[in-house]
Amino acid sequence: MQAHQRMLDPTPDGQHSGKSPLLRTIGLTKRYADFLANDCIDIEIWPREIHALLGENGAGKSTLVKAIYGLIQPSAGEIHWQGERIVLSGPSEARSRGIGMVFQHFSLFDNLTVAENVALGLDGKESFKDMSARLEQVSKTYGLPLDPRREVWQLSVGERQRIEIVRALMQDPKFLILDEPTAVLTPQEADQLFIVLERLKAEGRAILYISHKLEEVKRLCDTATILRGGRKVATCNPRLETAASLARMMVGGEVKEVKGASGRKTTLPRLAVNDLSLAPAEAHGVRLEHISFELKGGEILGIAGVAGNGQDELFAALSGERLSKDPGTVVIEGIAAGHLSITQRRKLGAAFVPEERLGHGTAPRMRLSENALLTGHAAGGMVHRGFIDTAATLRTVDRATETFDVRKAKRDPEAASLSGGNLQKFIVGREILRNPAVLVVSQPTWGVDAGAAAVIRQALLDLATAGAAVLVTSQDLDELAEIADRIAVMFHGKLSAPLSAREASREKLGLLMGGSSLEPKEVAHAAGA
Amino acid sequence: MELVEAIVLAVLAASTPLLIAATGELVVERSGVLNLGVEGMMIVGAACGFAGAWLTGSILIGALFGIVAGTLMSLVFALMALGLAVNQVATGLALTILGVGLSGLIGAGFVGERITPAVHLFIPVLTDIPLIGRVLFGEDGFVYVSITLIIAVWWFLYRTRAGLILRACGDNHVSAHALGYPVLRIRTFAVMFGGACAGLAGAYLPLAYTPFFIPGMTAGRGWIALALVVFSSWRPGRLVVGAYLFGAVTILQLHAQGWGVGIPSQFMSALPYLATVIVLVLLSRARTGGSTAPAALGTVFVPDR
Repeated sequence: MQAHQRMLDPTPDGQHSGKSPLLRTIGLTKRYADFLANDCIDIEIWPREIHALLGENGAGKSTLVKAIYGLIQPSAGEIHWQGERIVLSGPSEARSRGIGMVFQHFSLFDNLTVAENVALGLDGKESFKDMSARLEQVSKTYGLPLDPRREVWQLSVGERQRIEIVRALMQDPKFLILDEPTAVLTPQEADQLFIVLERLKAEGRAILYISHKLEEVKRLCDTATILRGGRKVATCNPRLETAASLARMMVGGEVKEVKGASGRKTTLPRLAVNDLSLAPAEAHGVRLEHISFELKGGEILGIAGVAGNGQDELFAALSGERLSKDPGTVVIEGIAAGHLSITQRRKLGAAFVPEERLGHGTAPRMRLSENALLTGHAAGGMVHRGFIDTAATLRTVDRATETFDVRKAKRDPEAASLSGGNLQKFIVGREILRNPAVLVVSQPTWGVDAGAAAVIRQALLDLATAGAAVLVTSQDLDELAEIADRIAVMFHGKLSAPLSAREASREKLGLLMGGSSLEPKEVAHAAGA
Repeated sequence: MELVEAIVLAVLAASTPLLIAATGELVVERSGVLNLGVEGMMIVGAACGFAGAWLTGSILIGALFGIVAGTLMSLVFALMALGLAVNQVATGLALTILGVGLSGLIGAGFVGERITPAVHLFIPVLTDIPLIGRVLFGEDGFVYVSITLIIAVWWFLYRTRAGLILRACGDNHVSAHALGYPVLRIRTFAVMFGGACAGLAGAYLPLAYTPFFIPGMTAGRGWIALALVVFSSWRPGRLVVGAYLFGAVTILQLHAQGWGVGIPSQFMSALPYLATVIVLVLLSRARTGGSTAPAALGTVFVPDR
């Protein structure tokens, strides 16, 4: 309580700290076996600063913040906090010094209550009752409403993130690290978060902000440090840069622009879903309710929505991992397929790329050729009289490798040994090379570097141009805007009517993602705000 | 009347080892570890407990021997499953096989020996109250310990910060680690507690239930304790109900056989196990809302340093 008043005081620490940075790393290095995750990184964080940390996946951002938060020990280099060299024994020491962190993959406990989750992030010096009271006060002060008694699994993704932020704020941190906080938020929720962050900055705190979204960084951040391949490549003022110039520094070259063929022709419906309802298969799953849409050849339909609103369940119902009682609910190429198995649906010309690459899209410990066989055998060519044609499976791997520029150490490695981007290129390539009539793909570029993402998006566009129907589920609105012809939104297991890509503004989609309906009034209001 | 009293006393005696062993395993599983070696830890506890009591003539020292033996066995499990991140199911099964062999070796010299079993509480007047006197105030010390233990575990899990941290490790070890909690150390302590309880439960058998040791005398009680934890959906209150229910079915079928009910004895002996299966099915069908099993149960955790 008292600590809070100190930070809210109009003369915060920021005033006399013009001489030395709040946090500084000197030559910070982290080595895993023969892999350098961080190579001599120098970074300075000043009070009253929102500092962006940019870089592609695998550039070393997470490693750097884990070292600053005391989760891992650096192999070499120094961390200075308020001008003094420190060696952190663990996160609790970091927290007690005033370093807080909001994790990308929430560090929450589903079966515990909000208050219990917050208590676990504190050091337990106050009673549970006092802590709960303070929790309500902090959440009110910052406009982050929370009910302390609810269990986490009942909450939306936005609410879960609020818990993380409130938990961090309750320690009255001088320095707060946020790891991709907006990746799972609707645009409106992100705007609310930015208001909170601006306020924290005004209170004299420093923020290290990790994000992929360059427009967001330009809008919010005062300084940006860019990492590539474990090294720092630049520190700059993002407001003076363009999104393209920031992207160039991240990638170390130009990112190819994705081009759709103009005037794609749409043909007959190739995939139709009619009034599909499905009970959840798991304890915390989502019930699908009356989902209907139609997808023509040559068309890309995007499904937006915050994760966990039924996208996984819809994918399972389309792919045949879960069957419907009524065959007519899923129609592939004019044939009722709701009751058909995955293989039978593949034989009708459908192909599926699930969100999870390892364990769902591929068997991690099997070779690429074996993985090609696992989904490809329904289409024939790789199995003769029950015997595997090894040469044919290898040819499939080679074709996917060449067409989609899959980079790997040897000709036929285990799936798990590929990087995320390269494995995703292989999986998408494996399905596209079968010339599917219908492709259902979930989060095609999730956790994939910008170069590989461009290749994959281009491939999806090319496939549609060739006449296939493509269904893309994604949380990345920019991605959907780039490739989809129409966009629908999933919320609580229901699917909105698709909007054409032109009329689907971020505001409209954001409202739908938050569960509002598009009454004309509300749209006007959102546009005005 | 005397028959009812006798049956209740017998039920309590049959239920106590199940309750003690299951209490320990409940804590282990709440921390996210699945130790299937309860049977092995119990049987070694039984052999060592009897050896201790026979050598010193003290039931208390015998019980301590059982506790230490069970804890040592659980440390073998902790070393393998937590320290070396070996598959927990395989390690637990191996521990049971090891325990059965080891107890035969330790107990070989004691087969056929007898000891004076644990004394029962006697409080003048109170113990003499008809019907409930002996049930409430005339039990052996183990019964009172088992009830104290489960109440203490309930209080620990839901009323202390350490208990909250232990539950957090069982729900999501990655998060617990990210918040700076020593997941493996916490789990090691939980496993040791489970081992101590299993050892004590095993020692109860030759020290109080029957005053002698025979190889294999746990007769699957470790497995029943494991099933009870699932039965209780990892909640201490339901665990008590489950343990006594199971003990009751065990005793009732014995009496039913004595009364000459025209059902094959093999079927009657299988009744307690059948009851467990039926209750498990009913419970899983009735379950709604939040999941009950600790989400990280049985998964290997290797912290990233």
